[in-house]
Amino acid sequence: MNAVKQVFHENKKILIPYICGGYPDLKTTIEIIKTLDNNKAGIIEVGIPFSDPLADGPVIQSAGQNALQKGVNLAQLISVLEKVTSDIKAPIVLMGYYNNIYQYGRDKFINDIKEAGIKGVIIPDLPWEEDPGFFQNLKKNNLAGILLAALNTPLSRIKFLGKKSTGFLYCVSLMGVTGDKKGPDRRTSDFIEQVKKNTSLPLGLGFGIDSPQKAHQVSKDVQGIIIGSAFIDIINQYTGDQKTMLNKIGCFTESIVNILDQ
Amino acid sequence: MQKGYFGQYGGQYIPETLRPALIELEEVYGDLKGKSSFKKELKDLLSNYCGRPTPLYYAERLTEELGGARIYLKREDLNHTGAHKINNTVGQILLAKKMNKKRIIAETGAGQHGVATATAAARFGLECDIFMGTEDMERQALNVYKMRMLGARVIPVESGNCTLKDATNEAIRDWVASVENTHYIIGSVVGPHPYPEIVRDFQKIIGEETRSQFLKIENTLPDYLVACVGGGSNAIGLFYPFIKDNNVQMIGVEAGGKGLNTDQHAASLARGRVGVLHGSKSYLLQNEDGQVTPAHSISAGLDYPGVGPEHSYLKETARAEYKSVTDKQAAAAMQKLCETEGIIPALESAHALAYVEKIAPRLSNDIKIVINLSGRGDKDVNSLKKVTREVNR
Repeated sequence: MNAVKQVFHENKKILIPYICGGYPDLKTTIEIIKTLDNNKAGIIEVGIPFSDPLADGPVIQSAGQNALQKGVNLAQLISVLEKVTSDIKAPIVLMGYYNNIYQYGRDKFINDIKEAGIKGVIIPDLPWEEDPGFFQNLKKNNLAGILLAALNTPLSRIKFLGKKSTGFLYCVSLMGVTGDKKGPDRRTSDFIEQVKKNTSLPLGLGFGIDSPQKAHQVSKDVQGIIIGSAFIDIINQYTGDQKTMLNKIGCFTESIVNILDQ
Repeated sequence: MQKGYFGQYGGQYIPETLRPALIELEEVYGDLKGKSSFKKELKDLLSNYCGRPTPLYYAERLTEELGGARIYLKREDLNHTGAHKINNTVGQILLAKKMNKKRIIAETGAGQHGVATATAAARFGLECDIFMGTEDMERQALNVYKMRMLGARVIPVESGNCTLKDATNEAIRDWVASVENTHYIIGSVVGPHPYPEIVRDFQKIIGEETRSQFLKIENTLPDYLVACVGGGSNAIGLFYPFIKDNNVQMIGVEAGGKGLNTDQHAASLARGRVGVLHGSKSYLLQNEDGQVTPAHSISAGLDYPGVGPEHSYLKETARAEYKSVTDKQAAAAMQKLCETEGIIPALESAHALAYVEKIAPRLSNDIKIVINLSGRGDKDVNSLKKVTREVNR
């Protein structure tokens, strides 16, 4: 079983924070990851900065642009993450857009992330059908290829995604992009109920969840809550003061983890 | 060929949220396209609303001036709203009606697609939002004004380079959130399947008319077809009905900007590598990490780092050739057509003219060239003034 799915076996609801790799810089990314891990984040999603992130809202877009301006690229990100993966409990998964991986080389990518101790990948603009070989290769290497399901995904497709996704199934809680304050959508609980009936995978829920209250409201039927833009907002507020930043990130993580424990 | 692909190019690289909408679009289009009621309704709109067929005009003075091949202009500039873009928007608006969508969104660069979309939306009483980069809003201010007059909202996009690529990102983000009541009218043969196919089918009327008009006038087929290529809708529209006529050479002209040896151009086919942007796999201007690099062109409509997947396929199979001309050459060609023929072409179309100016003098006078004059140039007068100043400086 891959390390991502393993996390869900402890029968607790987990927090899955998203941060943008290389924002505000690669060194701080490592410190943030350690802080998240110390405060019991279950899985840590690290974003690969891309010039045209079309599933992301303004907060994650601008963090990614900032990292790109500093010259951060995928090769650097993987080699920096390699230094931290063995020191932390939470598995790291990368979240990125297909073109970066395609240009890096699909097989080389799988090989390099495996060697770096990264446990999986989420690619929001890559449906399984567009590159089955890539997903099969991930599976062969015991890495999670995490697929997404949306509120408007029909039943037959949910079943398909449940079969093809590995690690967990990423359920999108709103019609829209990341960080949308209006999320989660009212239909979320019906949607989750439907998904639950049709897959045996653990479910992660994300997009537009930015507070312990919201996390609590929607966590009833899922095993993981994904929070991204809210973490980037904290980083944005304290870019000049790393100590306070890490402290705030730690507190926020703890508050979510505690409420998910209830 | 794999469904949704042209060779290895095309596909559906999109977030899961958009999948149901693309399937619905494919089904509705597949169902309608053969139906005589749909064809009749579309034909009526194209004839009586858009003004088709557009003329195929023998450019006598330009031909004399260049002193070689005979040059014909397919006058898409004489369409309602002044460019070929309306062919696609009236077609897609019928699809939107059929799918009961209440709202239309579109991206625009030069503003021609935005105006054509706003026009079609007004004609059918649908709400309409157009995404446009702030840089383009400045250089195409007249079209911004027109879109607003037509009742559309123009939403300024300030991300990235503030041009067409960024407007497309924003339109896709809007669509992910609004897909249940909104149809996205993509303006070129780009985007995820089935868009490249649908837009091509609505634009192929350009080539179909050209074919029969040319046969009537010359009793043969043209030797060359020349069209500008940004995303590539006017070019594919002209080329497609001639694809099996192997004696007809097809040349797409990309925007060479300040030159292909600089990083200031929009020549995706000449200088790009295969990659994925805006839902499909095609040639793309990008750095070695796979970050999309900004395009540059004097013409807002060609200022795009990608290109339609079918053009990548035509390049790979060598059925079409792709060349480029610079900003300055395009500006000069625009001026020349004004002076020789009394026609003000769009800067986009002027790229095709500029390339023909290079080859026509070397060809004999029994060789015949058709240029797609894809749009009129009133919108570009301000940009041209700026360039003329730079050239004279």
